[in-house]
Amino acid sequence: MRQISSKKITQVVADLCKKANFILPFFVKSALEEAYRNEESERGREVIHKIIENAGVALSEDVPMCQDCGITTVFAEIGQEISVIDGDLKEAINQGVRQGYKEGYLRKSIVEEPVFNRKNTSDNTPAIIYFDIVPGNSLKIVVVPKGGGSENTSALKMLNPSDGIEGIKKFVMETVEKAGPNACPPMIIGVGIGGSFDSVGILAKKALLEEVYNIQKDDNILGLEKELLKDINRLGIGPAGLGGRITALKVNINTFPTHIGCLPVAVSVSCHALRYAWEVL
Amino acid sequence: MITITPPLDSEMVKNLKAGDEALISGTVYTARDEAHKRFFEAIMSGYSLPIDIRGQIIYYAGPTPPKPDKEVGSIGPTTSGRMDFYTPLLLKHGLNGMIGKGLRSPEVKKAMMNETAVYFSAIGGVAALLAKHVVKSKVVAYEDLGPEAVFELSVEEFPVFVAVDCYGGDIYEEGKKCYKR
Repeated sequence: MRQISSKKITQVVADLCKKANFILPFFVKSALEEAYRNEESERGREVIHKIIENAGVALSEDVPMCQDCGITTVFAEIGQEISVIDGDLKEAINQGVRQGYKEGYLRKSIVEEPVFNRKNTSDNTPAIIYFDIVPGNSLKIVVVPKGGGSENTSALKMLNPSDGIEGIKKFVMETVEKAGPNACPPMIIGVGIGGSFDSVGILAKKALLEEVYNIQKDDNILGLEKELLKDINRLGIGPAGLGGRITALKVNINTFPTHIGCLPVAVSVSCHALRYAWEVL
Repeated sequence: MITITPPLDSEMVKNLKAGDEALISGTVYTARDEAHKRFFEAIMSGYSLPIDIRGQIIYYAGPTPPKPDKEVGSIGPTTSGRMDFYTPLLLKHGLNGMIGKGLRSPEVKKAMMNETAVYFSAIGGVAALLAKHVVKSKVVAYEDLGPEAVFELSVEEFPVFVAVDCYGGDIYEEGKKCYKR
């Protein structure tokens, strides 16, 4: 059985926290460049230009592209032929977050209790950690820091099967329109469809990470993505919400089998600074 | 391009229209969720605020910690709507300007008309770039809140749009209307 040390995991998580906050993923940057070419509003083009320029500053100066360095979600896919040695895996990941946010001068934005004691934990922990056991002997770690502003505009709804495609479209459109300028458009929209109440939110968040997960889609889903993107970009919200053509850069859908009586839909709204970094050990 | 140097007075505010681009130079104060809550509670309990907000601009922001060779970390605007509940009271107590991102409630817009105040929008998510317009930063209240503390910032040509003016004009509504199909 392959052994991986928890210290190694801590180091990798720390590096990924910094990397995700400093380096805008290539696919987002390309999408922004394309949006710059397609935006009709002059003000909108100016906004997109500044977003691209900002990513350049973050990259060259090793500083976070956004002051909101997010709540840190970590997806860990653990090969079943692995054994983690020298300590607690969950603690190793949290220690990585602690270390990365300190070394990277990233903002710590987590409060220790949501209602009665909103006191900052001062190290951005605890992270939101999801474990998955998969075949093989490698460990894949994906770090996704997500800002509170766009997270607040995400939504989940349990539709009825009879609501169908129209119901899904209506809910996605309502969510995006309501998010509007608050979610720092141009947005990237992750849509989860299927599964259960608890799992559909994860489907939606993973939909944002299409590049990492190589999500399989048939023509129906690809068509729905295209249609939603087209409709969203007719809303007029535009870059920074100041009016324009490009309200979203992309819509990604992630589906899962569901119950005969259910049609859960979740919309994970990401700002233009969709941040993630991953490594396979 | 309009140049703004706080403190603001009613005449300056009246000249600003939604959609104008402006550059702010001088002192602004940061305050976000928890600082607003404390401001609100202080006023309601009859205490004075830790800073004199009369004529001032509050920037809804919580910066990242500065690297050792820098004066300030990344510092972009946070969502203003979360401060809506507290805002009319602060405007009544002399606040004249706000910088943030996103929509304001009808109550805030009404209070802005009554009190002659302006709401500026900075571009959300361009925090590394905006940091280049902040030349000095120090905590002046609520240090225990970390990034949510009140920072006094000295800014130079800090770029903003007039998002809501004192006549009820709203750049978000007008912009969307122009491009909706």
